[in-house]
Amino acid sequence: MTTATDIDKKKPLAGLSESGAYQKLLAFASLIALLIGFSIASPNFMQTSNMIAILQATSVNGVLAVAATLIIITGGIDLSLGTMMTFCAVIAGVVLTYLGMPLLLGVAAAIGAGALCGLCSGTFVAKMKIPPFIATLGMMLILKGLSLVISGTRPIYFNDTPGFDQISRGSLIGEVFPALPIPNGVLILFLVAIAASYILGRTVLGRYTFALGSNEEAVRLSGVNTDLWKMRIYALAGAICGIAGILIASRLNSAQPALGLGYELEAIAAVVIGGTSLSGGRGTILGTLIGALIMAVLTNGLRVLSVAQEWQTVVTGAIIILAVYADMARRKKSG
Amino acid sequence: MGEEMAKLVDMTGIDKHFPGVHALKSVQFDLYSGEVHALMGENGAGKSTLMKVLSGIYQRDGGSLKIEGRTASPQTPREAQDLGIGIIHQELSLMNDLTVAQNIFIGREPRKRFGRLDDVALNARTAEIFESMNLTLDPKALVGSLTIAKQQMVEIAKALSYRSKVLIMDEPTAALNDVEIAELFVIIRRLKDEGVGIVYISHKMDELKQIADRVTVMRDGEYVGTVDAADTPISQIIAMMVGREVNEEPLEVPDLGDAEISLQVSGLSRSKDIHDVSFSVQKGEILGFAGLMGAGRTEVARAIFGADPKDSGDIRVHGKPTSIKSPKDAVRAGIGYLSEDRKHFGLATGMNVRDNIALASMDLFTGSGGILNDGEIGTAAKSFIHQLGIRTPSDVQEVRLLSGGNQQKVVIAKWLLRDCDILIFDEPTRGIDVGAKSEIYKLLEELAGQGKTIIVISSELPEIMRLSHRIAVMCEGRLTGILPGGKDTTQEDIMHLATQRTAAMQVTGTAQ
Repeated sequence: MTTATDIDKKKPLAGLSESGAYQKLLAFASLIALLIGFSIASPNFMQTSNMIAILQATSVNGVLAVAATLIIITGGIDLSLGTMMTFCAVIAGVVLTYLGMPLLLGVAAAIGAGALCGLCSGTFVAKMKIPPFIATLGMMLILKGLSLVISGTRPIYFNDTPGFDQISRGSLIGEVFPALPIPNGVLILFLVAIAASYILGRTVLGRYTFALGSNEEAVRLSGVNTDLWKMRIYALAGAICGIAGILIASRLNSAQPALGLGYELEAIAAVVIGGTSLSGGRGTILGTLIGALIMAVLTNGLRVLSVAQEWQTVVTGAIIILAVYADMARRKKSG
Repeated sequence: MGEEMAKLVDMTGIDKHFPGVHALKSVQFDLYSGEVHALMGENGAGKSTLMKVLSGIYQRDGGSLKIEGRTASPQTPREAQDLGIGIIHQELSLMNDLTVAQNIFIGREPRKRFGRLDDVALNARTAEIFESMNLTLDPKALVGSLTIAKQQMVEIAKALSYRSKVLIMDEPTAALNDVEIAELFVIIRRLKDEGVGIVYISHKMDELKQIADRVTVMRDGEYVGTVDAADTPISQIIAMMVGREVNEEPLEVPDLGDAEISLQVSGLSRSKDIHDVSFSVQKGEILGFAGLMGAGRTEVARAIFGADPKDSGDIRVHGKPTSIKSPKDAVRAGIGYLSEDRKHFGLATGMNVRDNIALASMDLFTGSGGILNDGEIGTAAKSFIHQLGIRTPSDVQEVRLLSGGNQQKVVIAKWLLRDCDILIFDEPTRGIDVGAKSEIYKLLEELAGQGKTIIVISSELPEIMRLSHRIAVMCEGRLTGILPGGKDTTQEDIMHLATQRTAAMQVTGTAQ
């Protein structure tokens, strides 16, 4: 009866395959359908320049959504990601523009600041047992305020740091393949996504991320220091947030301290559309990427069709509800 | 009993089937006005099922139920309430953030015109009920601010507010201290005097003598008998409860000689749950923990394992004093805990078999940079799947898709992989079907034979008798005795210790 050997498919990346496969498929099909629909509706849509614009628009939200995915798989939520991103951008501005440090140091400072902020959130959640929603709501306001305080409520420009705007806007790929000027921001998004997939699928940190979301108490009773691992996950998500901060600062060539609020919700929306369960334990980075792309395609496509901005927002909201409903209906059916 | 003896309830030949279980087999039960009729039996004897039939939660498959002489078939708890049957569940079902009066009249609040609530009437009617119970309690007090005993009074008042003539109390004293129990008994006697009939479910033998008029005993879904509470020795009631012969194959208790003492616990205490528990277990020994629900056995296990903090107590593992403050410390000392509630505390059911087996040992498979060696995890998992005979299509099957017995084996594999040599099993066969049970028993015996130290907590006496080399019995947080395993100990011996609430009880219980 013990048939341990008959099925032993090597799964490529635990985080990427099996779980949420159906919704990912659904999300992917929706993405394709949107692309086809919009290109039929408007000849301008399928042009390379527009496609690149879509990818460019995905990059910041995509990176943030990757961070959100990690937190959400643990069964938590992070409302501070948007303002944390801004805070990291402001820190980069302080280091590069106010202190005149070299480029790499600014980037490192932003990522470090993000990790530190994440560690704070993680401590509130894991050690002080504050519900993630509340803990990160507090962090959201703290970071929003700090960004304004540190910057003196004024944007910090990166004009003194040559090459800073190229981090997002330049195109390494375009230099090799001039026909495909994919911006670096998109490249960075994909690198972040691949790294996060790898971490989720192949490292202890990733395995515990799923385990915590699946059943935290069982993990604790297995002798695992769950608090510590949770703090690490929040710190990692914070660091990724720092990368998003660099991306947006580079794209705007400035750190805009008033920006950021609302980005976290768009990121969470992308995660949810991508099939990651808000109750934790399951989710994929690939799904999140597709989710972020769907949102970008939708916004772009509706704009190409000259639909008013207000209506774009309405449609995005409806899509989120539909996506989650489809997932729940499917889950109910499969028991 | 009063002179006007009206039969409030008359149940005869009650049958109830659930899929695969014959829960009630032609059971009879009756209740007179103004009496307290105790319903006794081991866990799973069918007491609660019978009372659920009476209170409209379940419908009987056969037999007759007469209430005040008229045949009745309550289809819902509401219908039973209208027939005058109130039930007070073991788990209080009150809303802590509402007031006493709001709780009592929930769902039928007095109203004024346009659907506005009439709080004045609400509080006045509540005060009336309390007055009739001779109880001083503020109708406007928040339920959450009351003691458990007072909350129980509120439950009783709620039941009475339906003009109940029959009151079913399921283990009403489980959470009460002696003073509170006395308070409750005063109320019960007053209700008796007013002609209310009370069905009293309890495991506590000494309470029967104090409060019950008659005792009906059930076992395995069958009616055993009804006796007079005052004239019947407790030992006879216990014998009626235990009844059956269960030890099919006599357990052979191995002679461990002077094998190393692998776990020694002394003076373990934790708030109200555990009082000064001391015991030791040898290498290769299976120590059973018997006791009724709420006796504190799980609490002892969790305190040893560091899952809950303890107030005091020393733990020595293999003779070395060991400080255990968290499950992490316990696991490091080689102690594994298999919870009764596998789904909540044992398994990450959404994850696959191999990850669950590796959950406590991830560091064994972690290379530099925190990268996991999935191949090695798979190899290790497969070896345990083979060794323990875990029936799963593969090591990447999600655990939630396995049967209870196989899930339990996955948890066992988790601790074996971690190289734990002291294993605490809390209700190892709960939710596991009969066939798989004996497999788990054999596995535990094999593990002991290999020199593991096994502690088994179980509420099923046959299971305890079947497995234990020695039997520790607990009652209300205290260790009331340790009995030898094998044929020298009877279920009656265990039940005596398990119901030994106070020193006075011991006298009553053994003086027969």
